[in-house]
Amino acid sequence: MARDRTPAELAGAAPEAAFEITFDGRALPALPGQSVAAALWSAGIVAWRTTRRGGRARGAFCGIGQCYDCLVVINDRPNRRACLVPARPGDTITTQEGDGHAGLAV
Amino acid sequence: MVGAACAYYAARSGLSVTVLDRGPVAGGTTGAGEGNLLVSDKEPGPELDLALLSTRLWQALSGALSPRIEYETKGGLVVASDETGMAALRDFADRQERAGVTTEEVTGDRLRDLEPHLAPDLAGGFHYPQDAQVQPALAAAHLLRAADEQGSGRVRLRLGEEVTGVLTGAHGEVRGVRTVGGELHAPYVVNAAGVWGGEVARLAGVDLPVLPRRGFVLVTEPLPRVVRRKVYAADYVADVASGSAALQTSAVVEGTPAGPVLIGASRERVGFDRTLSVEVLRRLAAQATRLFPVLARIRAMRTYAGFRPYLPDHLPAIGLDPRVPGLLHACGHEGAGIGLAPGTGLIVARILSGEELPLDIEPFRPERFDGV
Repeated sequence: MARDRTPAELAGAAPEAAFEITFDGRALPALPGQSVAAALWSAGIVAWRTTRRGGRARGAFCGIGQCYDCLVVINDRPNRRACLVPARPGDTITTQEGDGHAGLAV
Repeated sequence: MVGAACAYYAARSGLSVTVLDRGPVAGGTTGAGEGNLLVSDKEPGPELDLALLSTRLWQALSGALSPRIEYETKGGLVVASDETGMAALRDFADRQERAGVTTEEVTGDRLRDLEPHLAPDLAGGFHYPQDAQVQPALAAAHLLRAADEQGSGRVRLRLGEEVTGVLTGAHGEVRGVRTVGGELHAPYVVNAAGVWGGEVARLAGVDLPVLPRRGFVLVTEPLPRVVRRKVYAADYVADVASGSAALQTSAVVEGTPAGPVLIGASRERVGFDRTLSVEVLRRLAAQATRLFPVLARIRAMRTYAGFRPYLPDHLPAIGLDPRVPGLLHACGHEGAGIGLAPGTGLIVARILSGEELPLDIEPFRPERFDGV
């Protein structure tokens, strides 16, 4: 059935071997060239940020780097756009709370 | 902002006011400002007197207007990198104290009690508790709204309507203005066109040498409160007072209730050129990170430019123009227009209603550049 087909099959992609990243301490597979957002989605994770005022859950929305909804902490750096940053072996992805800079508050 | 304040106080005096703006509310210099209400950067003299009056009026307005104007009595902190700078600040603050400004010397070891992220090697600074901030676009909009409500229909707002001429009578007196929409008759016309005030003056046949002094602001990604006050380097005061056309930059750093930190301030006279200058932004970023090293890890998201309405002696033009009866000016406040707006508006309203003026406006007379 059509719904079983994946984008990789549709594009005839033959990616190299998967590697591991972590999301909030949990190990996940990612493919070379895959964005962080795509790797998270593939693992069934759709929310990785909370809004600054209301604390509401957010994940990828536009998927093309325009809406800034998918901000996430990658290797301790907040405000990275998960939809644009390619996953790399060993990346530590962490849920971003608010502006991601709570530690700087005075 | 100055025009909105004139409308507000004039309506409160019982006058009928029509506000004409060729653009939207806060579409010019007001919308490009940081919303500083400062006494700290002003030398004793007429501008400081107007700033002190306006500081009191802003406090009253903050109670009357919506909290959405983001009025914060955050205070200012001027810092010096060495003892020479500190001595200059001390002398400046001493003279300001005698003019009614509250100042407090802060030794180098105490600076970080006030601002924990400040660089550790600064010599010291001065704290100015009277310095405050508003969000300028919201403040202008809410001031106009409040003016209208209080005057119950006395204030009409006509946006997107450019003034194309000043109507005069048989004796050269003002009879109103011509706009793209037709003629509007009024016994008094207030020129509050900011950096375009010179053009409006020209329509009335008089000279008022308002020139644009460009400034850029860098806007960081949203942050928690990282900078508590308005913090700036001592050389900012000298830059403000300078008449040079060449580029000057001095770090001015402040947080906002919305989250981003705003980084200014550059000054250069290059006409109305809006071209982005990477060199200016580079200098602003370098100077800001020297004051607050933590900002080196923070991203700048965007930048914007605006034009300060500059008059050659750094004082605004406020009051009746003796060259054209019925014409008043309220422009040329350079980078201090948001702060000085209420005092200016009150003066204009008092002139129009024939009431006593809150201070001597002789230094602001609009015709003072004639024959210079």
